[in-house]
Amino acid sequence: MQGDFEAHARILRQLGAEVIEVRTPEDLADLDGLVIPGGESTTIGKGIESAGLEPAIRALHAAGTPILGTCAGMIICDAEHLGLIDASARRNAFGRQLQSFEADLEVEGIGDEPLRAVFIRAPWIERSGPGVEVLASYEGHPVAIREGCVLASAFHPELTDDSRFHAIFMAMATSVSARDGAKEEAR
Amino acid sequence: MGVMTERATFRLKTGLAEMLKGGVIMDVVTAEEAKIAEEAGACAVMALERVPADIRRDGGVARMSDPAMIKEIQEAVSIPVMAKARIGHFAEAQVLQALEVDYIDESEVLTPADERNHIDKLAFEVPFVCGATNLGEALRRLGEGAAMIRSKGEAGTGNVVEAVRHMREITTGIKNLAQLRPEELAAAAKELPAPLEVVQEVAAAGRLPVPLFCAGGIATPADAALMMQLGAEGNFVGSGIFKSADPARRAKAIVEATTHFNDPERVAAASIGLGEAMSGLEIGPLEAEDALLQNRGA
Repeated sequence: MQGDFEAHARILRQLGAEVIEVRTPEDLADLDGLVIPGGESTTIGKGIESAGLEPAIRALHAAGTPILGTCAGMIICDAEHLGLIDASARRNAFGRQLQSFEADLEVEGIGDEPLRAVFIRAPWIERSGPGVEVLASYEGHPVAIREGCVLASAFHPELTDDSRFHAIFMAMATSVSARDGAKEEAR
Repeated sequence: MGVMTERATFRLKTGLAEMLKGGVIMDVVTAEEAKIAEEAGACAVMALERVPADIRRDGGVARMSDPAMIKEIQEAVSIPVMAKARIGHFAEAQVLQALEVDYIDESEVLTPADERNHIDKLAFEVPFVCGATNLGEALRRLGEGAAMIRSKGEAGTGNVVEAVRHMREITTGIKNLAQLRPEELAAAAKELPAPLEVVQEVAAAGRLPVPLFCAGGIATPADAALMMQLGAEGNFVGSGIFKSADPARRAKAIVEATTHFNDPERVAAASIGLGEAMSGLEIGPLEAEDALLQNRGA
């Protein structure tokens, strides 16, 4: 729709996924996972509204389909927007472009080697409920979280060549897809 | 934790442009216009003193905007705020960096300050976008450190013909480069002319290393869809919005057409009831008067 969807697609294809771009509710049928990319959250939010995507995204979420939101995507998932996670993001919390930065970040679930995290006019998680697992923090602020089928980061794993964060998402999508496949077979 | 923090890397500079992809960056001259743009779904605004159509009409020297106005706009919206500096006017760029604008457009729309040299963009922490009419120009700007390229088009005309020409020049140029054998690249670099390193990088990747947007002459939703189909990764719209009869609706419609550029029914629906588009200008007479902005700073 809007944002760095191409960068996400590049990494997901490297990991063996088949990727489509989503612009209409019909595009959301038959997905094993949905990525809400980095971009401008107001633009993406308005785009979701004008294209009528919200009910379909909610249905995906209700069905347990993994959703990855990075930066603006994390904001879109938060309690003040689509409400897919019990957490609130603070927009541009780290400041304007001049304050954008890269840093080595330890992230739970990707191994010991830190990840090069790219923060661009990035948000952080201001408040999170008890069901929210914090996977990484920077200067005391949660910047990667997971709750149920939603994985979200304030940084942009899609802008590096390190695919370990996306691998978490791929594993979530693969296990859901296997579960649905098993159900299908049981019928 | 072994935290090695870096700022202003090229990845951070192009990264912000990556975030703007698929979106519309709108020229605004007041905080109110900036709010209208944000409300319409703009992914960023360009703060400037006069839109290109007025610069063209009024004449005189067009300079960087009043810092007070830029600050007002920064306070009014939460989306990125860009601002224009004159070609080669690195002191204006320093001022814009001090104001913490998110992107600087070294723009031919303003009166050039240096007829020979562009700004050394690598010396800045704020990223730059630059205009280009062809691949050689785009690659020279990349060599100087631009983190985003846009077509120049012919600003302030509401006539998309020049943007089409420039976008085709750039994308065809990239395709041609990608077909060359490695030993042919030095000659290509000499002909363009452009730095060999950048030429090699683009030839190997088959694309620019930074996002490529369209600017200069977009006035309708169909114009926006046309440019996206021709390979633009997003659109800058200047006079086209706030010189039209109903800026709020037209802004929203151009955002819609930029997102759904491959869906003619949506572009059609977005195009209904917008009122009059800005009145346009033919390129021929401007050329005869030597009034083309695109020839500045090649």
